[in-house]
Amino acid sequence: MATHSERVWHGGHAPSAVAEEPRGLWSWLTTVDHKRIGQMYMGAGLFFFLLAGIEAFLIRLQLARPDNHVVSAALFNQLFTMHGVTMVFLAGMPLLIGFINLVVPIQIGARDVAFPRLNALSLWLFIGGGLMLYTSWFFGGAPDAGWFNYVPISGIQYSPGPGVDFYDIGLQISGIGTLMTGINFLTTIINLRAPGMSWLRLPMFVWATFVTSLLIVFAFPPLTVDLFLQTFDRLFGAHFFSVAAGGSPLLWANLFWVFGHPEVYILIMPAFGIISEVVPVMSRRPLFGYTTMVLSVMAIGFLSFMVWVHHMFDLGYGPWVNSIFALSSMLIAVPTGVKIFNWLTTMWGGQVRMNTAMHWVMGFLITFVIGGMSGVMLALAPADLQFNNSYFVVAHFHYVLIGGTLFAIFAGMYYWFPKYTGRFLNETLGKWQFWLVFIGFNVTFFPMHFLGLMGMPRRIYTYAPHLGLTFWNSVSTDGVFILSAGMVIGAINVLWSYGHGQLASADPWDGRTLEWAIPSPPPAYNFAYIPQVRGLDAWWVEKRYGNGRMLPAPEAHHGPPGTIHMPTSTPMPLFLALSIVIAGYGLILHSLILAIIGFAFVAIGIHRSMFTVDPGMYVRPHEVEEVRADG
Amino acid sequence: MAAALSGCGLVSAPQSMLNPAGPVARDQLNLIYSSMWVMVLVFVVVAGALLVILLRFRWKGQKELPPQWEGSTRLELLWTIVPFILLALLAVGTVRDSFVLAAPSGKNVLRVNVVGHQYWWAFSYPGTNIVTANELHIPVGQKVELVLTSADVIHAFWVPRLGGKTALVPGRTNIMWIEASQPGLYRGQCAEFCGTGHADMRLLVDAQTPAKFAQWEQEMEHPVVQPTTALAKEGEQLFATESCSSCHTIGGTRYAGVVGPNLTNLAQRPMIAGNLLPNTPQNLAAWLKDPQAVKPGALMPNLHLSPDKIKALVAFLESLKTPAPTGSV
Ligand code: HEC
Ligand SMILES: [Cu+2]
Ligand SMILES: [Cu+2]
Repeated sequence: MATHSERVWHGGHAPSAVAEEPRGLWSWLTTVDHKRIGQMYMGAGLFFFLLAGIEAFLIRLQLARPDNHVVSAALFNQLFTMHGVTMVFLAGMPLLIGFINLVVPIQIGARDVAFPRLNALSLWLFIGGGLMLYTSWFFGGAPDAGWFNYVPISGIQYSPGPGVDFYDIGLQISGIGTLMTGINFLTTIINLRAPGMSWLRLPMFVWATFVTSLLIVFAFPPLTVDLFLQTFDRLFGAHFFSVAAGGSPLLWANLFWVFGHPEVYILIMPAFGIISEVVPVMSRRPLFGYTTMVLSVMAIGFLSFMVWVHHMFDLGYGPWVNSIFALSSMLIAVPTGVKIFNWLTTMWGGQVRMNTAMHWVMGFLITFVIGGMSGVMLALAPADLQFNNSYFVVAHFHYVLIGGTLFAIFAGMYYWFPKYTGRFLNETLGKWQFWLVFIGFNVTFFPMHFLGLMGMPRRIYTYAPHLGLTFWNSVSTDGVFILSAGMVIGAINVLWSYGHGQLASADPWDGRTLEWAIPSPPPAYNFAYIPQVRGLDAWWVEKRYGNGRMLPAPEAHHGPPGTIHMPTSTPMPLFLALSIVIAGYGLILHSLILAIIGFAFVAIGIHRSMFTVDPGMYVRPHEVEEVRADG
Repeated sequence: MAAALSGCGLVSAPQSMLNPAGPVARDQLNLIYSSMWVMVLVFVVVAGALLVILLRFRWKGQKELPPQWEGSTRLELLWTIVPFILLALLAVGTVRDSFVLAAPSGKNVLRVNVVGHQYWWAFSYPGTNIVTANELHIPVGQKVELVLTSADVIHAFWVPRLGGKTALVPGRTNIMWIEASQPGLYRGQCAEFCGTGHADMRLLVDAQTPAKFAQWEQEMEHPVVQPTTALAKEGEQLFATESCSSCHTIGGTRYAGVVGPNLTNLAQRPMIAGNLLPNTPQNLAAWLKDPQAVKPGALMPNLHLSPDKIKALVAFLESLKTPAPTGSV
């Protein structure tokens, strides 16, 4: 921050000096602090997670018995569509982006991200787009064409209601936010690393974020285009996808999966990063094979753009295409396997502390391996012709997304909660949560492999009693109750510990990276002085080989002595996001007035943001707040 | 592996891919099993390692650190190369099967055109007049090439015991082939989400001995429509006056609508409404009374027929069977 502040803010008036951190609702709505933004990402992500969980619950109730009537066919289709869309776009990604916001700037020794206001805009676009999508229930029904929304079923002819418009425009809005997050973190990681933090000293979570951001930047544009094309088809009578007019339904499918496959790596890459942080700290030794870990993250990121057809083996591209994409998909297993074995070796011969965070890591490894293995089975194109669109696939992606992503998110939660709130999550509740979720998850989802093998297609609202699917479906639904009990305990733990948890010191786990070198919770400016990094695992190096405190970077990196230059808070991002949402409603509801108002506000907002100079502000560090290692 | 899975009741399920009834599904299952073995092996290694870690490498309050091991090129090469070899083994079968299963080889191939509709299937046999719905007849022991397309949205043809699925894409023709080794009824259903009625878009493949199949072809080529009772005769009239004929074809009559399923020899089919219901007079009556109540989303309109008309129409539909020609075959 300090380095670029002199370069960026050449405003007319001098920055004001502020000492106290502002509180209250307005301060949250206008904040540009990456830690607050990160917490809001987590909060909103958990809120949407709850909604998607309720949808899943209804889905499983309906499928508990054959020929069941808990929900209608039409409602069922809305439920599974919204469940998928929500989990991917409004829960999974925001929770991970939440961690990225909380952790990455501190891990690289920065005071904020490169574009703090853009960061706030990303947040509000995500929340705006997400809430907007949910209001579709009040405007004639939610989207109901599945989360990948294939045409022609999602076209105006077969889905005449506004549901799919909410999908197109809601995801477009939150997607723009995600794209900006990608750009923001690329810039942040490239430009704001503390002196000495060379590329091969970046913590693994930062590497994971870097590759994730690259994936976002390259994968979201195809989605953006796809959504635009469909918006034009549906709202303005274009024919990009209509067969009769020479358009192609496969164009949608290809653009979607060119985005969609990297998307699943956007959802797992940061999870890998979290595991790579927790495992070494809790095993009291460095990450085994750091360089290969970096290389494998890059390889996975690269390969993830080469495999999209494996979602469409049954669309008839022929043996050549299918073989090539089968091989490239199988290849991803190699770098992924390297990561798993490197984590295992980190623990092997180490001293593993089996606290709750580590329980989640173990749960992650077991379930993620199952999900990864079933993934390889799906990659074998001829076998996939059987698996595709069956419950085997449903089992597979829940193993990677819950057993992989979500378990890692929980590991990260137990690991970083004390850092950002100053209090521990309760370990007893945590272990109850773990065991209930772990068991409930497997009872719910393992039988889905069986159901797939027994020929149950996904996305069916009911099944015939004579297909032999009843038993495992009912087992699966039973599992949901155990799983939900665990989730409730987790929620109680978070809410209770936020105010009453055991107080945490700055470095409760004997951590290795820079976030453990500053107070818990960190001050708004993170670092009283920019640290000098002298090795991989910067904080560990100073604890073991230095004198137990971070050394300040050379003078040039700090700005005027005794002051810290920070960006000021602003309601502009919130205003812009609201304007875009209003414009979106205008399009969906065919209301020209609303659209004009919305776009006019957007123009004003952009103009204001571009041509008003923010001089920033100077913050005086509280006292000499300095963390010293105890031993 | 197969034994363990059948213990869980997986093999006996009527739509189970683990109980193949033809060469395509059998090839695919072999690939599935060989990959499953590899997967189990990997899982056992990882789970075993975790177990050892949990038993032996726990922190017991030691002050001194464990050896700070940062990497080993040899080990890391090991777990790059070994998975690579395992995958290469699976790759061979994958590529071979991709090509083998792409199109049927040889001359003696029966071709059937399949068109997907929301929410039913149309089958026609090129070179004949035969058009039927929802129930595919094939001869045992012969390769059958399915030429697939769709009239509306994307569907997928999937009969797990005979082979994997292929999508029916509007504006495009896809090809797949199946072969049944033994006679029987094989169940399947649409495997690409296609709307409200997707779950109810079911399929039946009736694999018959070549002789029986030839007889069926005869019956379908030369259907006889001879309603005998007065009620059925009235139904035949109603079929035109109530606009059924604008959507449905019945071979052997002048009715030639093409919007809905072909009803030729309907009474000989075991199921109706996209294989949702057994073909009984009660179910037919329920269907005609309110199709959407029977099958949510069905695109046959509710014609608000009076019970008397329904009775007559059912009697007519029940009469749609062609008696086996005596002395044939
Ligand atoms: C507007 C077109 C239309 C009209 C008019 C119509 N149907 Fe249908 N019918 C359909 C469609 C479409 C289906 C397939 C529904 C499905 O399975 O999803 C169908 C299905 C059926 C079936 C079940 C066929 C099968 O293969 O399972 C029967 C029997 C039937 N109709 C009889 C009638 C009779 C009798 C009438 C007149 C009273 C009639 N239909 C009028 C369109 C129509
Ligand atoms: Cu993929
Ligand atoms: Cu379907």
